[in-house]
This record gives sequence, C-alpha cells and structure tokens, in this order.
Amino acid sequence: MADDALFEFLHMEIVALVYKEQATREDIDKERVTCVSTLEAMGFRVGQGLIERFTKDCPTFKDDLDLMKFLCKDFWSTIFKKQIDNLRTNHQGTYVLQDNTFALLTQFSSGKQYLEEAPKYLAFSCGLIRGALSNLGLESVVTAEVSLMPSCKFQVVIQKL
Amino acid sequence: MAVCIAVIAKENYPLYIRSVPTQGELKFHYTVHTSLDVVEEKISGVGKALADQRELYLGLLYPTEDYKVYGYVTNSKVKFVIVVDSSNTSLRDNEIRSMFRKLHNSFTDVMCNPFYNPGDPIQSKAFDSIVSTMMVQAC
Repeated sequence: MADDALFEFLHMEIVALVYKEQATREDIDKERVTCVSTLEAMGFRVGQGLIERFTKDCPTFKDDLDLMKFLCKDFWSTIFKKQIDNLRTNHQGTYVLQDNTFALLTQFSSGKQYLEEAPKYLAFSCGLIRGALSNLGLESVVTAEVSLMPSCKFQVVIQKL
Repeated sequence: MAVCIAVIAKENYPLYIRSVPTQGELKFHYTVHTSLDVVEEKISGVGKALADQRELYLGLLYPTEDYKVYGYVTNSKVKFVIVVDSSNTSLRDNEIRSMFRKLHNSFTDVMCNPFYNPGDPIQSKAFDSIVSTMMVQAC
C-alpha cells in the first residue's frame, strides 16, 4: 500500500543528502554539476540491476524501437506505476519520452512554482534510463526537461559507434 | 549434472568459470571458448530470419564425442554455457532449461548486489553454492 510513498521519500532524502554533503565542501561552482553526476551515477547502477531482473522472462527484442516501447510500458509501470504517456522518435536514434504526471514531481507543484529545483529530482531517473539501456546494449545520453510541473520530457539520444 | 559451467560477459570475457576438477580444466576452458562462436552465430542468425519470438534458451550448441554443450543468452547479452557428459543421456531438455533458469535467477541476484560492479568476476558465495548443486559431485 505504502510502496509508492516509500520510494518517493527515500529519493527526496537522497537528493537532500547529496546536496548537503556537497555544500560542506569548499568549491561552490562545481557543486551543482557534481551533485547531478552523483545522482545520475546512482540511477545508472540501479537501472542496470533492475533491467536484469525485469527482462529475465522476456524474449529478445527485435530492434531499438521495440526496446524503447518496453522501457515506456513495462519498465516504467513497474517502477512508477504508470506508463509513459507519449513516445516520439525521429527514427535516427533520438527518442523523446513524455510523462504528464511524473511520480517524483507530483508533490512539488502543478504549475511553474519550484521549476528551478526540478532538475535535481530528475537526475536519478535519467540515470535509471541510461543504465537500463546500457545493460541492454545501447549506449545513450539522457537529458530531462521540465516546462510545466508535473509533466516532464526525457530525451534519449542513442550513440551509434 | 554438469561438468562445467561458465558465465561470459557481453564483451566475451569470462565472468565465472568452474569445472569438475578431476579432469583437465584447460580442455573445458577451450570448449567454452569455441562454443562462443556458435552462440554468436545463433544470436545474429535469428535476426536475419523472420523476426518472431526469440527465446533466451539456445539449446544444444554442438556435441563432441565426450560432451554436449548447451547455451543460453540473456537480454543483456550475458551468455551462460553448460557442458554435460554425453554418457549421461537421461538429462532431458527440460532439465537443462531449468538449470539455466536457476543460473539466470542467481545471476540476477548477483547483479542487484550493490557491492558487485558489473564486469567484475563473480565472487558471490551464494552463486557458488547454486553452481555446486548443479555440478557433478567430484568423487
């Protein structure tokens, strides 16, 4: 019952802890960048483990689009209890995942308030997506943007070697 | 009962390899290495054929005069290879499949362990004990 809330609270505390630790060190300029990287790296490792567990019983994926659809439906609903609302692609390795009520942002506001704080709370989820894709064989760069809470867009660019 | 079990990473280096110590370990390492070619062929070959449901279990890779080699690949391109004794003909396909399932389950547990970095050799005792239950008992 209380499962969803548990993760949200834990996530909030993780973000707060990472920023507090950084504030006690001297270098204020690098503060934001290192915190976001730390959170992203955490998400990366968690994504790798989670994808191993979730794809245990699935057949192999036919192509990248199939993989992204799996990410949007099964992966997202197992973690955030809902699917991604909109997936767009240019068929050349760029995908935009849009979630209109992102679980980790719903408690902040339903408009423009606290917009500048949002990226901190999206770093972990970006890492999650990147970790999941990396373990499935796709190197990618994931960025997130928020224009109106609680809706957010994750942009995934697949790096073709 | 298997005589050799190996877990090979996406980049084709071994994460874990264990064989019955009574026989030459080098021979098993070599067998597993050559079976990788067959695994690659199966993975890429199915892609060119009709894109229907692809299973993770690859089945019998190739038989030698003494041994049979079975393969399984996960969605994260980690390969499991099991070598069994040919004389033990009572082993059915289902049993091999269930051995792979157990391996995959305990590999997933290893992956979720925060102290394990993906790409390192597997040193988990729990994984070792699962593998021991599947190996031939050394006499």
